[in-house]
Amino acid sequence: MTVPTPSAAASLEVLGDPVEKPTTSGGPKGNESRSPGRLAWTRFKRDKTGVISAYIVIFFFVIAIAAPLIAKLYGKNPYTTYASDRPDLLDAFSYPAGPNGGMSSEFWFGIEPQLGRDVFTFLLYGIRTSLGIAVAATLLTTLLGVVIGITAGYLGGRTDYLVGRVIDILLSFPSTLFFIAFMPVVYGLFVADDDNIPTSLRAASLILVLSAFGWASIARLLRGQVLGLREREFVEAAKVTGASPARIVFKELLPNLWTPIIIQSTLMLPAYVTAEAGLAFLGVGIIDPTPDWGVMIQRGAQFYSQDITFMLFPGLSMVIFVLAFNLLGDSVRDALDPKSKR
Amino acid sequence: MLRFLVRRVIGALVILLIISAVTFWLFYAIPRDPAQMSCGKNCTPDMLAQVRHNLGIDHPVPVQYWYWVKGIFVGRSYGDFGNCNAPCLGYSFANREPVLGTIMDRLPTTLSLAFGSAIVFLILGVGAGMIAAVKQGKWQDKLASSASLLGSSLQIYFVGYIAMYFLVAKLDILDNPSYTPITEDPGAWASGLLLPWLVLAIIFTANYTRMSRSQLVEQLSEDYVRTARAKGLSSRNVFFRFAWRGAMGPIVTVFGIDLGTLIGGAIITEYTFSLQGVGRLAVDAVDKSDLPMVLGVTLLSAGAIVLFNIVVDAVYALIDPRIRLA
Repeated sequence: MTVPTPSAAASLEVLGDPVEKPTTSGGPKGNESRSPGRLAWTRFKRDKTGVISAYIVIFFFVIAIAAPLIAKLYGKNPYTTYASDRPDLLDAFSYPAGPNGGMSSEFWFGIEPQLGRDVFTFLLYGIRTSLGIAVAATLLTTLLGVVIGITAGYLGGRTDYLVGRVIDILLSFPSTLFFIAFMPVVYGLFVADDDNIPTSLRAASLILVLSAFGWASIARLLRGQVLGLREREFVEAAKVTGASPARIVFKELLPNLWTPIIIQSTLMLPAYVTAEAGLAFLGVGIIDPTPDWGVMIQRGAQFYSQDITFMLFPGLSMVIFVLAFNLLGDSVRDALDPKSKR
Repeated sequence: MLRFLVRRVIGALVILLIISAVTFWLFYAIPRDPAQMSCGKNCTPDMLAQVRHNLGIDHPVPVQYWYWVKGIFVGRSYGDFGNCNAPCLGYSFANREPVLGTIMDRLPTTLSLAFGSAIVFLILGVGAGMIAAVKQGKWQDKLASSASLLGSSLQIYFVGYIAMYFLVAKLDILDNPSYTPITEDPGAWASGLLLPWLVLAIIFTANYTRMSRSQLVEQLSEDYVRTARAKGLSSRNVFFRFAWRGAMGPIVTVFGIDLGTLIGGAIITEYTFSLQGVGRLAVDAVDKSDLPMVLGVTLLSAGAIVLFNIVVDAVYALIDPRIRLA
């Protein structure tokens, strides 16, 4: 499992690149002025790989949001153990009776061995849980990183030094180990008895722990950017005209930082999806019977040598999602920051 | 160089001290009593108090932390449970053994896993990156970039089981993952770890391919490379003695960080392949709320990461004379 530390090379590229927007490279209609966002959008639309990946990513989000609706139309839910009413679905060893993991027109993706749940709806709801947690963690991490990074960079001096040391320490934490070690601690803060932890609390704790250890890299990057921007003329001009620090941060600095912020968060989201699934796989995150990508893989691992079909659905769908999102992230970076090299 | 090393080592020790203190304090937020767990079911209040005393958890938390730190340097005694000699990282509540001994038992597995796969992914990744850089734009380059894109999207907990299903259960090409000490039987050691090495390498190779390609492409377009070529040096010479040397720096940096992380315990890999390494130990210890064990493994992992950071910076300066150690 990788922590969302965007590769060193990536951050260097962004750092080394001046944050000027490429306003000079006009579109085909020379004198028509366009905003940097509009230019980036035009560039993005021309990138076929990026557009296709975007559709795949959107598809995943749509099925995640619409999971209850799809399940209703399909007529199953992820919690019912269908085999307990219909023992013919599983064979004598509790493996799906039909071929290919019991795939049929009734159970599209087959039946789960042992318990006999419906794989299709379990996967749908699993994607919903995993993506929900990953998106929330990404938003929270980005928010934390942006606020702390900009504050440290803008204030400088002692605050900057202190934040810098905290970032250094956080980045030398063995992250996977800490996620595992601190999940019980966070649960322990909220419930006394650790046998019965509600799923919402598990999800909230995951988001909290992932963000608490994840903000350092984005904060470090933004701090560096702000240190450079702070000395530029337009900030000086704003100061001279009597702008408040809040105005300088939000109206002068932040618009120049959107590019690295968006790039970093697109790198972060797939990393969080896999980290969340990894924790569930280890049994410290979301646990059975809550549907989740990682829970499915953990279940699949229990009987992979007998029934590999069950493992393929969560595994392949996750690979497709992460691959598409990585490609999308690359395209977004190319579109927003055309001078950077990959 | 010496001044640099001394300063960095002191910095590293401070970081380790902070990390251990944070772990120590955070763990006391869990309302679980390790003495109760160590004492078992038929436990009288007197026995419980005795166990508390033996484990040293009848003191306030800061005092306990002080005893723990002191134990690393002078060792400490755990009453009836026996003594724990000088580098004492504590006494496991669950295993009833000094922590260091257990970690040392598990370390060879993790080290074998880390170094074995590091050799595989370094050779594969850098090799593919070199070929891709030389054959820029040709099919070799495209193949390498697509493969590395796919590789970076794969997960050990998925690929691992798929590989075990096909290569071990179905086709019976590779042995079931297991660990045999290399001193006992080098053949069994290698064949037992081959599958974990390969799977771990698939995940890591991608990054190295991409990185060494982009570094080499950049170096090959530098003026000094052109000058070397213009002077009539053979392309092999130019490639290895000039371009490759310039490209090595960032690769060494990332390699050091990866190796440090792996030595701290490839938790998911060990879990997937049921290898009893340090990472697996950590998961089990957290499960049992075995604070001393968690603390010990955390210290080892953080120590490995911090140590390799220092090594990387020192090596970087040796490779690239332009870098000054300040």
